Formats: sequence, structure tokens, C-alpha cells
Amino acid sequence: MTNTTQYFAADTSRIDLLLVKDMVAPNTRVLDIGCGDGTLLRMLSEERGVDARGMELSQRGVNDCVAKGLSVIQGDADTDLAAYPDDSFDYVILSQTLQATRNPRRVLEQMLRIGKRAIVSFPNFGHWHIRLQITFGGRMPITENLPLAWYETPNIHFCTIRDFVALVDEVDAKIDRAVALNSSGAPMRVNAPWWVWNLFGEQAVFLLKRRN
Amino acid sequence: MTEIKPLKAGHATWREADAPHSLVLRLPATQPLMMDAGIALSPLTIAYQTYGTLNSEKTNAILVCHALTGDQHVANIHPLTGKPGWWETMVGPGKPVDTDRYFVICSNVLGGCLGTTGPASTNPATGKPYGLDMPMVTIRDMVRAQALLIDHLGIEKLFCVIGGSMGGMQVLQWAASYPERVFCAIPIATAPRHSSQNIAFNEVGRQAVMADPDWIHGQYFESGRLPTKGLAVARMAAHITYLSDEALHRKFGRKLQNKTAPTFSFDADFQIESYLRHQGSTFVERFDANTYLYLTRAMDYFDLAEDYGGTLALAFKDIKTRFCIVSFTSDWLFPTAASRAIVHALNAGGASVSFVEIDTDKGHDAFLLDLPELFTTTSGFLESSARAFGLKEAKRA
Repeated sequence: MTNTTQYFAADTSRIDLLLVKDMVAPNTRVLDIGCGDGTLLRMLSEERGVDARGMELSQRGVNDCVAKGLSVIQGDADTDLAAYPDDSFDYVILSQTLQATRNPRRVLEQMLRIGKRAIVSFPNFGHWHIRLQITFGGRMPITENLPLAWYETPNIHFCTIRDFVALVDEVDAKIDRAVALNSSGAPMRVNAPWWVWNLFGEQAVFLLKRRN
Repeated sequence: MTEIKPLKAGHATWREADAPHSLVLRLPATQPLMMDAGIALSPLTIAYQTYGTLNSEKTNAILVCHALTGDQHVANIHPLTGKPGWWETMVGPGKPVDTDRYFVICSNVLGGCLGTTGPASTNPATGKPYGLDMPMVTIRDMVRAQALLIDHLGIEKLFCVIGGSMGGMQVLQWAASYPERVFCAIPIATAPRHSSQNIAFNEVGRQAVMADPDWIHGQYFESGRLPTKGLAVARMAAHITYLSDEALHRKFGRKLQNKTAPTFSFDADFQIESYLRHQGSTFVERFDANTYLYLTRAMDYFDLAEDYGGTLALAFKDIKTRFCIVSFTSDWLFPTAASRAIVHALNAGGASVSFVEIDTDKGHDAFLLDLPELFTTTSGFLESSARAFGLKEAKRA
């Protein structure tokens, strides 16, 4: 993990990227949807020898990536995945972006179609801290990971870990691996039941594949 | 106010067509160019410029493809206008297309009027300019001619092919026709086919040329007069399409030209009128009217997917070339949707592709302007491609 500190100077909130990286087998083909400034893509290509491609909505992000020499296109997860043929990639990654898509189910289906595996990370809206803010504060929650007020957040489709598990079932996928991170960014005990993850996991990372 | 004066035949523009201030490759009659029109064109002359030094392995060559009214004078003083080259923002020492590192080649396109065989060149069979006897030229023909030049220079594989607008069409055609000869490609502000709207604009320009009584069915070289009025109108109309409404408004608004009140006449009261007239009158000094007809037609005929049964993805099947595609938000002549169609076709084939839509109000002409986002994108892409291709760093003094 020594290499990775350079990418995350004092940014424990994106510790999920390290987990995602660990789920990707070396020398594979990867599409990172919502790749931002290309941090994960660079890690994957430099440390895993991955043929890494990205898609990013913001011009700023795309410019940063292309200037770094990454293969990134400006595009929208909701509309631009349809152009890819089936099984174009070994992994299709969506990190911290699912909740910002207009149609998360359709996006997940597309990911499972164009990738042999899909990796999804998202903030868990079922975390106790969030539940407390809604239950007792009566206000939409604002946390370290979700710092924007309801009227300015790009996140329009929040879900809990259990909601996501239900969606995985509905789109006929199965879970290869799942990891929840607690609020200090540490992975939680693997054998903990879903309700514990759902209450104490602040973020979750899922590795999925098609059921058939 | 700028008057558009008729030019005399024998003007410098024409001398440039036969005796260009450029390097020239003259291919003998035994090496004809097989054109899409079904004609073997010979002898073929290709006028070109180079910048930088070709390395001993001949691996550092970048081919620049010019647009409709561009030419081979990318980064040197233009022999006719005395102005700097058309892409000095992009090409030169330390620029994104770094001539300290790369060997840059640009040739005048087939059908052009700056020294490569075209309607203004003398037809050796008659001793007169080809005029409308020049076979119809396509984008693919232009690329075929460029490939002959690249062969002549002993270059097996180009490191990069780059160009905007009609130059971008040539970049796409290079990748489709000779994928194994192009390591990376940068098509800018272009499209895989000319749209109906674009064909319409071109037709207006051509009709303006042909309506000029001095055009004489393309035989103007015998009359001693040139159809400059028609060509200037064509240029004025086209120039509007290269800019955006916003940019025009910012630059000219409704400002009057050297006056405080309208003259209640048809003089160029508004600055925009004066600007367009200037664009028209300077253009005719350096460009041949028949060439304008031929090159606009070549763009109209361009439809890359059509050559592959209507599926653009098949044009790039199994391609190894790395692409960086650039479009501009305010370009309504070659809108982002056209670039996106190229991206989707490349993705369908699993090609390595980057795509940036640059936010600017400068319209289609943005690719010729000082645009930092364009420079960081292209230099970053070229840098990483050079690493992947195993090119050495530039030597700096």
C-alpha cells in the first residue's frame, strides 16, 4: 500500500478506491465510469497493468485525465453505456456515482452487460449517523462523505446497503464479494450480518457478476 | 470600406499553383494516383512543408492535415499573405506538436491551389490550367496522395495524424484506410460525414462562385479576369458558420464602422459587415475559385460509414490506433454530436479513445485559436502516446 498514499494525501474518504483496486485482477480491461480526475485509472494502469478506460461527465475531469495520458471520454453513465458491445470489459467500475445517476437500475444493468464483472461503491444511506439526523434532527443529513445540502447535491438516488442488495437480486446478478467500511474507513468484519453493515457501514463496495 | 477588385490571371496565386514556395514531390506518369472518380491522375505533384528533424528510425513523424482553406504553410510565413502559418499556436518548438521532438509534415491537399495538383495547376496535356477538367477529388483521394508522400519520405508508420475540420476528416480516413500506419490520431472539430446542413452551406458558396460572370464555367484563366466577387461572397457566407453567435456578438455587437450614425445606405455601416468584406477580399488573394468548388465537394461526398456498409464501427474494426477526439461546445458546423458518433463507433470496436468537448464560445474556428484546454489535451495525449510508442524526450538547448 506504500504506492497508494501518494494518490490519497489525507483523503481517507476515498479509501473505497483501494478496495476497488484490490478487486481488479491484473492485466485486465477496465472501464471506470465517473472516473473524476483519473486517480483510480492511474492506480490500475500503473500498479495492476490494466488496460484502463474512463468515462467522466465533467469537462474539467476529462481534461485532467487526457492531459495525464489516460484514455477517457466525456460521457454520461445514463446515456453513453448503450454504445458499448456486450462483454467489452473484464470490469466496469462505478465508484461513488450510482446515487448520482438518473436511472441506477438501468446503469447497473448496462454495467453487467458490457462488463464480465461490475464493481460498485456507494455511500450507505442506512448508516446510523444518517438515520439519527433524519429521525431526531428531522433534516436531510449532511456528513463528511455527503457534505452538500439537499438542494445542491448531485446525489439524487440514495440507497442503503440492503436496498442495493435487493437491486442486485432484481437485475439477476450475484454478489462475488462485498465490503463495508465503517466511519473510520476500516473494512468491517466479513461475517457480520447485513443489518450490522447496514447500520454501521458508511460506504460499501460490491463485486458483482451476472447470474447466468 | 474594402472593395473587392477583380484579380488578373497570372496573379501570384496561380504562380503558386505551378511553382510553389514549398518542397515538391513530382511523381512520374508511371506512378499515377488512382482516384475514386475512376481516373488515374498523372503526373501528380505534391507540395509540402516539413518542420523539425526525422529521427534515424523514422518514427517521430506527425502528419498535419489542413482544412478547406488551409494549406501546407502550418508554421512558416505564408508566401502569398506574408502572415504567420495557420497553426503556429499548435505547431512549433515547445508547442503541443513540438518540432523539437517531432518531424512535422503538412502537404497541400489534392485539388488544392498551393502547389499540389488541382484545378489551378497546369494540365500537361493542354498546357492550360485543369479547371473543371480536374477529376472530382474525395477525402480518400487526398489521403492516398498523402500516403504517396509518406512513402517517398521513407516513413512506414506515422506517429500521429492530426487535423481539424476537413483536416479531421482526413485523419479519420487515414485511420480507416491505413490503420497500421497510424499510431495515434487526433481528429478535431470534425465529423464522420458531412451533414445536410453543411452540404447546404457549401452549395450556397459554390452557387455564389458560379453566379459570378467572371467564372465562365471554370474557364476564367483564359479571360484574364478571376471570379473574385463570387468567391468573396462564398467566403463571407462560410466565415459566419465558423463563428458562434455569441462570439460575433462579443466581438462586433451592433457596433458601427468608423462612424457615429448609420449612413442610410448599403455601405458597410456595421463592423461585422466590414469584417466579412475584409475576410472575403483577402481570401480571394490567396485562393483559387475552382479549388473552392472542388474541396467543398470533397467534403460533401465524405461519409465514412457509407464505405463500410453504413456502419461506422466497421471503418475502425480491430483498430490499434489510439484516438484523441476534440470538439467545441459552440461549434454548430461540426457539433459535438458528430464527434460523439465517432467515439461510439470506436468504443464499439474496443479502440483506445479519449474524447474532450472543450467549453468555448469561439465556434468552429476554435481549433485555430489560442485555447489552453486544447493545448493541454493534445500535448498530454501526445506525451503519453510518445511514451507508449517508445519515442525519446525532446532535446532542449
